Amino acid sequence: MNKSAYSFETKKEKIENHIIVVWVDNESGVLARVVGLFSGRGYNIDSLAVGEVDKKKNISRITISTSGTPQVLQQIKLQLGKLIPVHKVADFPRNKKTLVREMALLKVVSSKTQIKRAIKLCKNYKFTILDKTTKSFVLEVSALKKEIDELIKKLQPLGLASVSRTGVVAMTKGYEIYKQH
Amino acid sequence: MSNLMTGAEIVFKVLEDQKVKHIFGYPGGAVLPIYDELKNHKNVKHILVRHEQGAGHAAEGYARSTGKPGVLLVTSGPGATNAVTALTDAYMDSIPLVCIAGQVPTHLIGTDAFQECDTTGITRPCTKHNWLVKDVNQLSNIMHRAFEVATTGRPGPVLVDIPKDIQFKKGKYTKLKELKKNLNNYNTKFNLEINKIEEVIKLIIKSKKPILYTGGGVINSGPKATELLRELVSLTGFPITSTLQGLGAYPGDDHKFLGMLGMHGTYEANNAMHDCDLMINIGARFDDRITGKIDEFSPKSKKIHIDIDPSSINKNVAVDLALVGDVKLVLKQLVLHVKKHVPNFKNSNKHKIASWWNQIEKWRKKNSLGFINSDKIIKPQYAVQRLYELTKAQDTFITTEVGQHQMWAAQHYKFDKPNRWMTSGGLGTMGYGLPAAIGVQVAHPDKLVIDIAGEASVLMTMQEMSTAAQYKLPIKIFILNNQYMGMVRQWQELLHEKNYSESYTAALPDFVKLAEAYGCIGIRAEKPDELDEKIAQMLSVNKPVIFDCVVDKTENCYPMIPSGKPHNQMLLGAKDEEDSISDEGKILV
Repeated sequence: MNKSAYSFETKKEKIENHIIVVWVDNESGVLARVVGLFSGRGYNIDSLAVGEVDKKKNISRITISTSGTPQVLQQIKLQLGKLIPVHKVADFPRNKKTLVREMALLKVVSSKTQIKRAIKLCKNYKFTILDKTTKSFVLEVSALKKEIDELIKKLQPLGLASVSRTGVVAMTKGYEIYKQH
Repeated sequence: MSNLMTGAEIVFKVLEDQKVKHIFGYPGGAVLPIYDELKNHKNVKHILVRHEQGAGHAAEGYARSTGKPGVLLVTSGPGATNAVTALTDAYMDSIPLVCIAGQVPTHLIGTDAFQECDTTGITRPCTKHNWLVKDVNQLSNIMHRAFEVATTGRPGPVLVDIPKDIQFKKGKYTKLKELKKNLNNYNTKFNLEINKIEEVIKLIIKSKKPILYTGGGVINSGPKATELLRELVSLTGFPITSTLQGLGAYPGDDHKFLGMLGMHGTYEANNAMHDCDLMINIGARFDDRITGKIDEFSPKSKKIHIDIDPSSINKNVAVDLALVGDVKLVLKQLVLHVKKHVPNFKNSNKHKIASWWNQIEKWRKKNSLGFINSDKIIKPQYAVQRLYELTKAQDTFITTEVGQHQMWAAQHYKFDKPNRWMTSGGLGTMGYGLPAAIGVQVAHPDKLVIDIAGEASVLMTMQEMSTAAQYKLPIKIFILNNQYMGMVRQWQELLHEKNYSESYTAALPDFVKLAEAYGCIGIRAEKPDELDEKIAQMLSVNKPVIFDCVVDKTENCYPMIPSGKPHNQMLLGAKDEEDSISDEGKILV
């Protein structure tokens, strides 16, 4: 019997998936603050993408795909909002109003016939071949996470050798943008 | 370019501009340039502690008793890591601290240099924010910003890590005024939502069983908040209870005050919380020591939550109405609207809440803080009661360590002013009280400052008696000595079949001799009938005192909400102990 626990988890609430977008000062340690908040408070990070979006104002945009109960998701937003370098926090709904993409680079190393089959298989996706040799090719694909998952699964028996994924990025449809949190 | 200053000079210039009078610290290699500069700044007094944790708790005591930020200065590596407990403590209890840490020179960072550690990395989760200064021209901005972050919104600790080369380098100083404009607008304002205030008034009018549940946020909001809280109680006639941290915001001996609530709160406070139909939480955070079993926490009430920190809302308990803002600003509106909408509310509403008050009086009759006194052995509760009676005429500041003595102090010492009660609540840091008392005494040299201590806790930071002696700080360390880690012993008795595993201290020092070794006064009391005289002796000495109060070893702290139980199922005393804690409850702490 574990006597060190404080309390039982009594209610099992439904877990939801959300995309949280955070605008932060692009300064050293800022990603550690955001990620540390998630690990320290036991929140999930399913995927993470980060990059500078405004050089003049020195702003980076962090996109985090996360999951939790509605109460936890609310806490994630409010706790992020308290971090000093955070400018605003947005919660993008996972519905038709939100555009979601992930980019992946995939390298297939195989025989000629296998490579042909692999490229044929890719035709169902939006892709670009970035590099090709007689024994290999590298392709760039931009799609939904689950589509990339699918493609990876299919390419595996055909000699998929290396996978690099960016993590999910998102944007809302229409003319509205997220104002101050 | 004549107005260039060294980093070390800039540090002191900021401290002076921020009107810092005292800093607590300990020198070391990576802060020597700052210590070298100390001699040129007579208006900033440095208190040399014996361990950096002591500096942190002293700064906390200073901050809590004054409402101003506490400042500590530590060196790199172990200096910074020793301060971590105090920073975490301040973070949990929302105490404004500014920690200035030395760091190895910039070019050595990352090389595992002597006394190097990743200070900003280590302190990231236990500060509101921290900075590593990489450019001396940024130093004054960062330090002013540090003070702003520590003291605004929900207060808390911050840390500024200054590499040694930056302390030597010359750079520009940016004045506070010039800087103000450049600061990000950190949200501290209360956006008055008038419809919400009106909603609160409606609920207040409707309620038949109201209760005010107040916390440390009232104290942190300043003396105005305390005044407004008292006015709100007098306008409404509502009963009021307080968390551990909120004690003193409302007079402890007033009839409307039901005493502290929570795990060791009074029977009347906890039952009123459980049965109320309207709970107004003012600056408290539904901590797990308060709520007990969360599913059965106050099941029938509408809950209003006033808090400056939006992330406190709905974190542990879902509320019906939330007002995010500084307590004093929200209370000001509330008081104003009660007066406007329902003048003479207290009298007109008296009848409506009369049966509620009757019920409360019935609970009160249980006398849940009662204990069986003895004329042979000093009961710890009796010791605290006598201490209170003999010091209540003076403006007394009380600090505590953590454990049974802390709860007895909270139960039996009545506070009627804010900022007089300094205790480690959130983190529960044994060893907090002695250094905190030093900080309080530094801020209030002419006031009576007492650390109500346990013998186990106080040994954790006992070295600071040397600090008290050096600065002639006449703190009084009142040890309720039961030779056990009393709270651990109590839990082992109730939950672990009396297996007192490692909770007895077999080789305690002679506290009287220990006091004398530090150049202080030691007093021991062993019998109830000598207690008053010995306390009077302690109070008459204008020197640091260690008072070894030898108390009953087996006394337990009651009342108590046993683990896994809601508010309305309290243990009132030894006769309730048996069969009251389920196996399930045993795994809850």
